[in-house]
Amino acid sequence: MSAAIKTPRGALLATLLVLSIFPLFGSDYYSELLTKIMIMAIFAMSLDLLVGFTGLVSFGHAAFFGIAAYAVVLVSPQYDPSSLWLVLPAAVLAAAVAAFVIGLFVLRTKGIYFIMVTLAFAQMIYFVFHDSPLGGGSDGVFINFKPELRIGETQLLDLGNAAHFYYVVLLLLVATYVFLRILLRSPLGHALAGIKSNEHRMLSLGFPVFLYKLAGFVIAGALAGVAGFLSACQFGFVTPEILSWHQSGNVLLMVILGGMGTLNGAAIGAFAFVVLQEVFSALTKHWQFLMGTVIVLVVMLLPGGLSSLTQRVRRLLVGGGSNG
Amino acid sequence: MGELVLAARGLSRQFGGLAANKDVSLDMHRGELHAVLGPNGAGKSTLINLLSGDLPPSGGQILYRGQDISGWSPDRRSRAGIGRSYQRTNIFPAFTAFENCRLAAQSRAPRALHVFSRAQNYDDLRSAADRALEQAGLAARRDVVAATLSHGEQRQLEIAMVLATAPSVLLLDEPLAGMGSEESQLMVSLLQKLSADHAILLVEHDMDAVFAVADVITVMVTGQVLESGPPDQIRSSLAVQEAYLGGGEPDDE
Repeated sequence: MSAAIKTPRGALLATLLVLSIFPLFGSDYYSELLTKIMIMAIFAMSLDLLVGFTGLVSFGHAAFFGIAAYAVVLVSPQYDPSSLWLVLPAAVLAAAVAAFVIGLFVLRTKGIYFIMVTLAFAQMIYFVFHDSPLGGGSDGVFINFKPELRIGETQLLDLGNAAHFYYVVLLLLVATYVFLRILLRSPLGHALAGIKSNEHRMLSLGFPVFLYKLAGFVIAGALAGVAGFLSACQFGFVTPEILSWHQSGNVLLMVILGGMGTLNGAAIGAFAFVVLQEVFSALTKHWQFLMGTVIVLVVMLLPGGLSSLTQRVRRLLVGGGSNG
Repeated sequence: MGELVLAARGLSRQFGGLAANKDVSLDMHRGELHAVLGPNGAGKSTLINLLSGDLPPSGGQILYRGQDISGWSPDRRSRAGIGRSYQRTNIFPAFTAFENCRLAAQSRAPRALHVFSRAQNYDDLRSAADRALEQAGLAARRDVVAATLSHGEQRQLEIAMVLATAPSVLLLDEPLAGMGSEESQLMVSLLQKLSADHAILLVEHDMDAVFAVADVITVMVTGQVLESGPPDQIRSSLAVQEAYLGGGEPDDE
């Protein structure tokens, strides 16, 4: 595999350290923002598995994020906190099953058709929730009690507690990252890379390419479900907008902004996107104009995304520069 | 002569009004190298594409060990043991030569869902890949990224990848095209070695090589089989001389 991207352990550990101690020093506002960023990072990394590592540009990834969020609503009892043991697996399973069913259809198409068909499926699901009373219709629905983790009588975790929630999100972010890193170097990961590089040759070498893509699609959908679950828990409120095409577009922009096919890039992209959104929307209500400008500039000036920027800087500092 | 492994029966393929292959029948036996000759446009590549499943036939049958596989997908045929190489180099450019072959070997191992193990840790796949590189004369270039290999080396890699899948049938589409003379010689002796226990179909323009290694030669013209037989018969065939060998220089692309 290409050895182009190699993030030093040091940078990763430093990031982990900062994230681990941030709530002790940072204000509640920033901790909450960081929580949102970490959730989006999980979402963006799950999409990067498809876009960056398998070559499948999905424009409907919000479907799985949203289905998991609605699963939280549908599984939670109305007047009691639900159990994390139940809700998290249920939400992830719902997203995975949806990815499996949708994958059976969309993975028969390629290129621009794949983009359009994933978008179409996501919009269908958007309208299912928008126009039916299933999840409160277009108004959305509240989750009255956040899930909690109990063993016997003792409550171990309460996701309604901001600090508990922060560390649950951090834990799931690390777990997602490690899982994807392991997956990418496994036989399945190598096969997905082969499909991205040359699908035709993979077929003639005897790989059942469709099944591999389906496996990748289901895994990506399930991980998007983890993010959707967390998002529902953070805001305690789910509306159809979280599975609209805007959301699918935003997560795609995060991946592109950070750099496709690097995993770290997806997380960096999520960070940059959410922070810029926060900064620009404080400046002007036409923040999307500024955001658009930034994205155009990054795509034009930094084809490898923001994650390639750190590498360029490092190369400058180390004084290499020779191997461009 | 070894057992009949792969057979085409009345195979045809239409492209619009053009019959690229028309009523083509041929047999491939284990231990036999079967060469297909013919001018450009004779339908040689189409024949390989039909046998490998890259193209569905418009009519006729393909029998593999007696079973009709005409409707099988390319990957299923490959897993059954029908390996092919391409006329236009068809590799994974960003991977090293070794990883190209390791991935090829991995296709034989039902390990798709071993998500928690390292692909690089399977010794059997590594040794299959190294053996294939060795056979194709690329061992010294093992860790070079495929895109930076020379054109001839990429042709060798093309063959190495097929070998790494340990096929029993080899469909080789102009394997020597673009190779240097040294590599060509290596490849010819490799083909001779492989033909002992494989069924090989060789499409090749290099006449000397073909007559040196082939056990059977089939000559195709405009999508049809003109004549089929041992090299001596083909060499002395008037029909072949008239239609192909005698009709000016064979078109060499």
